[in-house]
Amino acid sequence: MISSPKSGPDLSGGGDAPRAESWRQAVTNAVAQPVTGPLLALVVIMAVFSLTTTTFLNVGNLSLIFQQSVVIGTLALGQTLVILVAGIDLACAAIMVLATVVIGSVAMQGNVALAFGLGALACLAVAALNGIAVTRFRLPPFIATLGMLTIVTAGARLYTNSRSYPISSDWLMLMGSGPSYGLITFSYGSMLWIALTLALSYALTQTAWGTHVYAVGNSPGAARLNGIYVNRVIFSVYTLAGLFYFLAAWQALGRTPIADPSGYQAANLDSITAVVIGGSSLFGGRGGVAGTFIGTLIVTVLKNGLTQAGIDSLYQQIGTGILVILAVGWDQYFRSGRQS
Amino acid sequence: MSDRRIVMQGVGLSKRFGHVVAMEHADFELASGEIMAVVGDNGAGKSTLIRVLSGASVPDEGKVLLDGEEVHFRSPLEARLAGIETVYQELAVATEMDVAQNLFLGRELRKPGWAGHWFRQLDKVQMRAQAAEHMRALGIRIQSVRQKVETLSGGQRQAVAVARASAWGRKVVILDEPTAALGVRETRQVLDLILSVRDHGLAVVLICHNMPDVFEIADRIHIHRLGRRATVVDPKIVKPNQVVAIMTGALDAASVPSALFAPVPA
Ligand SMILES: Nc1ncnc2c1ncn2[C@@H]1O[C@H](COP(=O)(O)OP(=O)(O)OP(=O)(O)O)[C@@H](O)[C@H]1O
Ligand SMILES: [Mg+2]
Repeated sequence: MISSPKSGPDLSGGGDAPRAESWRQAVTNAVAQPVTGPLLALVVIMAVFSLTTTTFLNVGNLSLIFQQSVVIGTLALGQTLVILVAGIDLACAAIMVLATVVIGSVAMQGNVALAFGLGALACLAVAALNGIAVTRFRLPPFIATLGMLTIVTAGARLYTNSRSYPISSDWLMLMGSGPSYGLITFSYGSMLWIALTLALSYALTQTAWGTHVYAVGNSPGAARLNGIYVNRVIFSVYTLAGLFYFLAAWQALGRTPIADPSGYQAANLDSITAVVIGGSSLFGGRGGVAGTFIGTLIVTVLKNGLTQAGIDSLYQQIGTGILVILAVGWDQYFRSGRQS
Repeated sequence: MSDRRIVMQGVGLSKRFGHVVAMEHADFELASGEIMAVVGDNGAGKSTLIRVLSGASVPDEGKVLLDGEEVHFRSPLEARLAGIETVYQELAVATEMDVAQNLFLGRELRKPGWAGHWFRQLDKVQMRAQAAEHMRALGIRIQSVRQKVETLSGGQRQAVAVARASAWGRKVVILDEPTAALGVRETRQVLDLILSVRDHGLAVVLICHNMPDVFEIADRIHIHRLGRRATVVDPKIVKPNQVVAIMTGALDAASVPSALFAPVPA
């Protein structure tokens, strides 16, 4: 750093510096606090279900909600990474399902370690292909991963002849077990989810790689001109997301010990919903995993609570759809508001 | 005059985009400790020239010399590693990130010891302290280096970009129309900032359309016309209206004294 004895110009901006001059700005600032909005929403939704149903608010159900969140939550961590670089992964749950059937089929032959390894390989390979499609071939992430969704879903069915594989290995079911106190279960799956959230939060906020992920999402052009290898960062993001999908597959086998090629179809969109409701911007560069953690809980609480309230699952889907659109609209509105 | 050391030189640089010839056999020279203004009509190829000098694009023909040695920059990063910093016309700041993060973008500091080594932890405290110190040294007043760039005024953003360039530049700082979007007062501030960067011994390339500004702070003026250098003039000898006349082709470049230091190498 250079230093100057001379007192230079005053760039404090004086009267024309933007301040919190409007209510919109004030709201924006509050909303900009990463997790206050989603946290507030979660509390409100939980309060509503607690008041409107008799079965929602009890220890057993809350513990269940947490267990129900684990798989979507871990998928959503990978999804957060992708969305932070202004991408989207429509195939994340499909990739996870592919891993479960690979693991299930290979484990049937008795080699659990091999099953595990091949499952991981499948996830990382497909996720890396997404990364290559987006960086090297410059495909829009939406199209690339939509194509991948179709391919991987059909591929998993062809591979299994549309059969499911029961899982019997304790090791593969590990994530569903864990210490239990009365009605509360601390599954290893939920512990892994929390640990992964913390680890990814650290990587995003405390390392140069994390800074570069945000910079690339914020402005790829500026990042490139600042010497960041934009494509390398994007590729690393998609591939690392694959690791999360694989761990989600492990958690999924723990929750339901069946590798079913037609399972978890709603989880593709649910993971995106969790990320967006959690406050990450689909435009990239804004958000984080703390919000995603809460966003995941919101998604599961809604499903759980609406079920407790006896509402048809098709209405639930309509509700989730509306929620996504509202969350994206909110993001759009405040982002455009801040740029004008 | 020729006692000045040439820091950077471009020889016979050409750049085409399909059928568009953005630059054709353009030459360039920059001496140590000077502000070289680059002027020319819109589309004359000024940005193309400095993008080539700064590694943002690779020329189709010609060569770039840095301290007399030929260099082949394939990315802005390579140019920066060689000591050349650039503020691009499209202002490469990450608006969602704070001032300190922007100053250190791509060159983050890690914590000393095991935290930085094994856990790759950033030294945010140190980066913020250095950023604040640097902004103060340049006399740029902002409320906090933790302020998001998005919340800064146009002039302040420009100042952040100039500050970043001056913080890391060891030889050359290149600025592409840094005052284009600014008001009178903010322009004044950025010009003072550029002077203070020059006074720290860096060579500055300044693209600017505003003749009074150019004549106020430039040591020499490179006039670009139709994708190439028409001539280099001394603002103390040549008048603004002559420069404009050369820019537009109304006046022959040979009719004013050249302020070139070095003969163009073959
Ligand atoms: N990436 C590109 N693709 C196609 N044509 C380009 C590209 N970049 C520049 N050009 C063309 O090259 C010519 C020179 O452009 P350049 O941006 O260098 O001009 P300039 O002198 O910087 O103009 P201004 O004063 O408006 O900034 C223009 O005709 C422009 O349209
Ligand atoms: Mg230009």
